[in-house]
Amino acid sequence: MSSTQIKKPLGLQILIYGFVLLWFILAAFPFLWTFWGSFKVELDFFSKADWTNAISGARTQVVYGKAFTGAGYDGAWIQEEFWRAFRNTGIVCFFTVLTSLTIATLGGYALSRSGFRYAFWLLIIALIFRALPPITLVSGYLLPFFQWNIWGILPTTIIVLVAINQPFTLWMLHSFFQKIPKELDESAKVDGCTQFQAFKNVIIPIMWPGVITAGLFSFLLAYNDFAITAMLLSQENQTMVPKINSFMGTTQTEGNVMFAVAAVVSAVVPLFILVMFFQRQLVSGLTAGAVKG
Amino acid sequence: MKHKTFFWFFLPTAMAMFLFIALPLVSVVSQSFHVPHDKVLITVENCDPFGCTSQTQIDHTLTQELYEAEPLGKWAGLGIYFDRGHLAIKEVGEMWRGSSDLGDFFSTLKNLPFYRAMGFTLTFTFVVTPLVILVGFLIALAVNSLHQRLKGLMIFFSLLPMIVTPLIGSLILFWMIDSRGIIGTGLQVLLENPDLSLKASTGLTWVTLIIYGIWHAAPFAFIVFYAGLQTVPKETLESAMIDGATRFQQIFHVVIPHLVPLVAFVALMQLMDNFRVFEPIIGFHAEAHATSLSWIIYNDLGGETRLLSSAATTSVLTIIGVSILLAPVLVRTWREFNPKG
Repeated sequence: MSSTQIKKPLGLQILIYGFVLLWFILAAFPFLWTFWGSFKVELDFFSKADWTNAISGARTQVVYGKAFTGAGYDGAWIQEEFWRAFRNTGIVCFFTVLTSLTIATLGGYALSRSGFRYAFWLLIIALIFRALPPITLVSGYLLPFFQWNIWGILPTTIIVLVAINQPFTLWMLHSFFQKIPKELDESAKVDGCTQFQAFKNVIIPIMWPGVITAGLFSFLLAYNDFAITAMLLSQENQTMVPKINSFMGTTQTEGNVMFAVAAVVSAVVPLFILVMFFQRQLVSGLTAGAVKG
Repeated sequence: MKHKTFFWFFLPTAMAMFLFIALPLVSVVSQSFHVPHDKVLITVENCDPFGCTSQTQIDHTLTQELYEAEPLGKWAGLGIYFDRGHLAIKEVGEMWRGSSDLGDFFSTLKNLPFYRAMGFTLTFTFVVTPLVILVGFLIALAVNSLHQRLKGLMIFFSLLPMIVTPLIGSLILFWMIDSRGIIGTGLQVLLENPDLSLKASTGLTWVTLIIYGIWHAAPFAFIVFYAGLQTVPKETLESAMIDGATRFQQIFHVVIPHLVPLVAFVALMQLMDNFRVFEPIIGFHAEAHATSLSWIIYNDLGGETRLLSSAATTSVLTIIGVSILLAPVLVRTWREFNPKG
């Protein structure tokens, strides 16, 4: 499929470029549109009369004297205290990624270096756990968490997210460590290192590409989670996604929709930056399972 | 690696998974066989100068005692599984006897919440999965023939629909398809029907959710197939070309056979993920027209009265559904690790 093959007929060229352009619009336009609209008033964002209002911001000009307004952001971040949810998401993601990487690195390394039968069974069990929809576990969490009075706080949610993250992270790191030749740590062991020293001195310095990729995916899982965070966090500890959902419950009053739009854009921006910097790792992580199998 | 070293390396992750996946799983299963205790009621007589009134109250101490004796609640066996909110054995039997033909039977079946959710979940899973594979493959073919610089840009923007939080992605589209939003208004003008609303009819809601599902998952298929296209053997392609194969013959006889293992991988991942469809229903406010198994669990657990037993039962039924879908993955992994067996 190299580009050096015989020149494509013009019709095919047009078809290809047309299709790519269509997909580009489908993929990118909703985000650009919502980003642009988040600086308008609701009557511009939803402008039935004349859709160009959404671009020019005619109504926004009437209300604020200019075509852009930060009123939605002001309302969401300060009035509705969205910064709290943003901070909570930050805390949850940081600790979830840190913990799940630490324990999954050790576990994944052990799985890749153990030739015994039980390692295979453990991987199968992890695969089964990976397939369980997280929400099916929630009813099992609620009773004990209420009883021990640990429901609603961030640490509980972090631990649950770490556990739910484990199967996937474990698989990813396991296949990554398998690509690192066994001879490396074997020879360190021959030189008198214990297994842990071999891991520390030989494996840790070279494992970062794999760990960063696995970290990105556990970050995304924690950042994007709705089922667990909506069920396990109390109102004041909510992270961004459940918070946005509760904004939606109060859409009747005018202005509130724009709060939700601003909050949604604020939650997309970190992901946008993430894709910008880590595109290569994300792609390699997505294909890791596939290309290997 | 020695057993003992393995044990210490693996202990933390094993503990996490045991305590927060395996144990809750056991608890969910046992909850699904129990119902909450009935409240112990007592009648109290209140007498005042104007006469006596008797009042029924909940005896909290006695109720508490019941819970201490049997913390899970009353044993219900398969009772919850068979009740109206779940498998509804009795109602289904009546409908079966009462309906004239199969079509009639299925349309009355839709009145039962579990079967309604099952209907949407299965439709969503089995419509979205093949379409995701098809769309992803077409995007991969198209992007692969682009200029090098454009490829990177396309990959960047293609990742967005997949990376963005499902709830947030569906909200963004929900606002656009609103009858006052750009797509909603556009469709009204195009179809010359000013009353058109994508949210009002069940059929259109399903179509919307399915299109969202494809939009969200096609990038994954695209990335996987795109990576696969980079490894298509050039020699085979060239010899096919020399043999006079047309472009489409090359794709059908060289590229597609090369990608078959990847198609299997994407299909299985998609089956698992689409079966748990949940956030789009919340984001599109579609629960009046489309519910899924995960949504039923969420709905039971939320709100004032947390219906734990009911949610646990739906969870178990969902898990059974997932395991049926998962069976091929397990077989595949098994073969991969035991090439001879």
